Amino acid sequence: MTDKLNVNPLENEAIHIFREVASQFERPVLLFSGGKDSITLVRLAQKAFHPAKIPFPLMHIDTGHNFPETIEFRDRLVEELGVELIVRNVQDSIDEGKVVEESGRYSSRNILQTTTLLDAIEEFKFDACIGGARRDEEKARAKERIFSVRDDFGQWDEKNQRPELFDMLNGEIEIGQNVRVFPISNWTELDVWSYIEAEDLEIPSIYFAHKRDTFVRDGLIWTSSEHVYKDDEEIVDNRWVRFRTVGDMSCTAAVLSKATTISEVVAEIRDSKISERGARIDDKRSEAAMEKRKQQGYF
Amino acid sequence: MQVLKIATAGSVDDGKSTLIGKLLYDTNSLTEDKIEAIEKSSKSKGYDYLDFSLATDGLVAEREQGITIDVAHIYFSTATKSYIIADTPGHVEYTRNMVTGASTSQASIILIDARHGVIEQTYRHFFINNLLRVKDIIVTINKMDLVDYDEEQYNTIKKDFMALAAKSDYDEQNITFIPISALKGDNVVEKTDAMPWYNGQTVLEHLELLDTEDIYTRGKLRFPVQNVIRPKTDGFHDFRAYAGKVYGEDIAVGDNIIVLPSMKKSTVKNIHFYDKQFASAPHGSSISIELENDINVSRGDMIVKENELPTIDKDLTATVTWMDSKALIAGNMYVLQHGINKVLAKVVKVNHTIETDFSGVESEATSLEMNDIASVTFKLNKPIFGDMFKENRANGAFILLDKNNNNTSGVGFIE
Repeated sequence: MTDKLNVNPLENEAIHIFREVASQFERPVLLFSGGKDSITLVRLAQKAFHPAKIPFPLMHIDTGHNFPETIEFRDRLVEELGVELIVRNVQDSIDEGKVVEESGRYSSRNILQTTTLLDAIEEFKFDACIGGARRDEEKARAKERIFSVRDDFGQWDEKNQRPELFDMLNGEIEIGQNVRVFPISNWTELDVWSYIEAEDLEIPSIYFAHKRDTFVRDGLIWTSSEHVYKDDEEIVDNRWVRFRTVGDMSCTAAVLSKATTISEVVAEIRDSKISERGARIDDKRSEAAMEKRKQQGYF
Repeated sequence: MQVLKIATAGSVDDGKSTLIGKLLYDTNSLTEDKIEAIEKSSKSKGYDYLDFSLATDGLVAEREQGITIDVAHIYFSTATKSYIIADTPGHVEYTRNMVTGASTSQASIILIDARHGVIEQTYRHFFINNLLRVKDIIVTINKMDLVDYDEEQYNTIKKDFMALAAKSDYDEQNITFIPISALKGDNVVEKTDAMPWYNGQTVLEHLELLDTEDIYTRGKLRFPVQNVIRPKTDGFHDFRAYAGKVYGEDIAVGDNIIVLPSMKKSTVKNIHFYDKQFASAPHGSSISIELENDINVSRGDMIVKENELPTIDKDLTATVTWMDSKALIAGNMYVLQHGINKVLAKVVKVNHTIETDFSGVESEATSLEMNDIASVTFKLNKPIFGDMFKENRANGAFILLDKNNNNTSGVGFIE
């Protein structure tokens, strides 16, 4: 108790943002994918309100194509935290005829999530959706605000964004609009991993090296699964791999790795020659793939 | 962990993207897939060098038009520090973007084209950095290769800039001059042999030695209360703590404090950060505190030390930078957000506009267009607890919100 607090500027900035969300909005929700960024968000939210519980629910937009390890992890974490988890399924949006499943070699449910997400925002009247997107991930995300306003259609008007000065956050919106909030905007991939290591946070096992049936396409390592389209000529091999991001099996490529501990993962990231989203098949569709999805209301 | 935030701004073609790209490239911060993308795009444009603007211009419209529209944030790190560069474009919304970038930065890089020397854009950029009290200014005199690495040209530009700096009232500011060629990489990360007459540091060497102290370091303790934490769970029945971020000097257990606006006095009993307690907490820390006395404190209140009161006033005069295409007009009403606190503000009078060329010329005005800077007097419906911006950067600024569309339309610095 005699110590002076040692400040991690990124952590303290994020806590400040969480506290503004809790006060400025009536119905916030934390968008939880089970990935490392949303796990980091959960810890930051705990720190912001301790010893009180996190004052908003978590929501997972489940594509049905997630790695089973992620779903197991999600359910366990929610139980430990004692917070409410809302799950909305892309399968329901498909069954209701709102979206149509893609077909073919590169089919994925990634884009379909947007409809399910926007419907859920409307259903629960969420006015703030907290997400784990970071500016260093991708060039369109580099232009994001911390409080990013979306119109009634969930759309992002990238050329007409509110300036954000100092640490003053303007969360004023009209009814029907909502704000996407990005508390770890200024973190890099390495910052997130270092934080997970320092805080000793549990993460899904697919982030660590394991043996998996995979095949190679376009220089990327794809998971062999019933949810992933595969030609007969594409040969499956059992490889030592791990994942750097946790998206769907159909849009997240693996990397060859033998890193089985957090410190080995951190060392590997530090030396990596490929960016994290370099293994995201969804970003490779075009140079502006992310910007286009964001305009439509994507995470 | 050290984080240094840097703002850069400049006019079109001054080599800003190239400088940032070179910093990223030479510190191995660009991954192979990003370099590949840059090579591919440079080639398709027919360039015989790497066009690093692709690393910073993230929007389709920016790439189409070859311009930067919006502030981009770029990240790189060395063994000693993490760097965040706010890259602010210098055209239509130049003032708005520069002010935004500078507001969160401890240091600023000003680019000057060695062939053109100090131009109007340089004035404006330097003026805004002064207005925002950015502590460290790095004046990079770029494209030295195009003036044959001429020492005399460098000295002339340096002299012109110092003449400008002499007009500034910000004495504690550190100004450093570095002759570079961003394209050739001279003095960006590696020292060059091309300018043996220059014995100073390279850009990166200089950045590595800068103090990363947060922009909120200066000034007296200010603790705006963001939330009241009352868990009402077993074990925490009577727990009541005030959550907020520390600005200015440290807060410590035992400090005698006063709560604004109620003026109730108390003492800091405990300082919490997550599940641990601390004897003191410095600026920038997002903590929660318990007080000795059971007094009424709510969001928007401010906790300060007993003998260090800010100005508590409903009359306010400030230097305002206008950032909206809809003009500020005398008589209009805005929402004024000071930190986390919101009040209504009526524009009583636009006192005079301020030129960004250090000429000191003041003109009469009744309205402000985008990019205008002026002294404005407001009447507030409730007092704010402010300090002069020059004395307390953290507690001396506010933003103005348009009541009709909720836009952040202006920023003010308390005079």
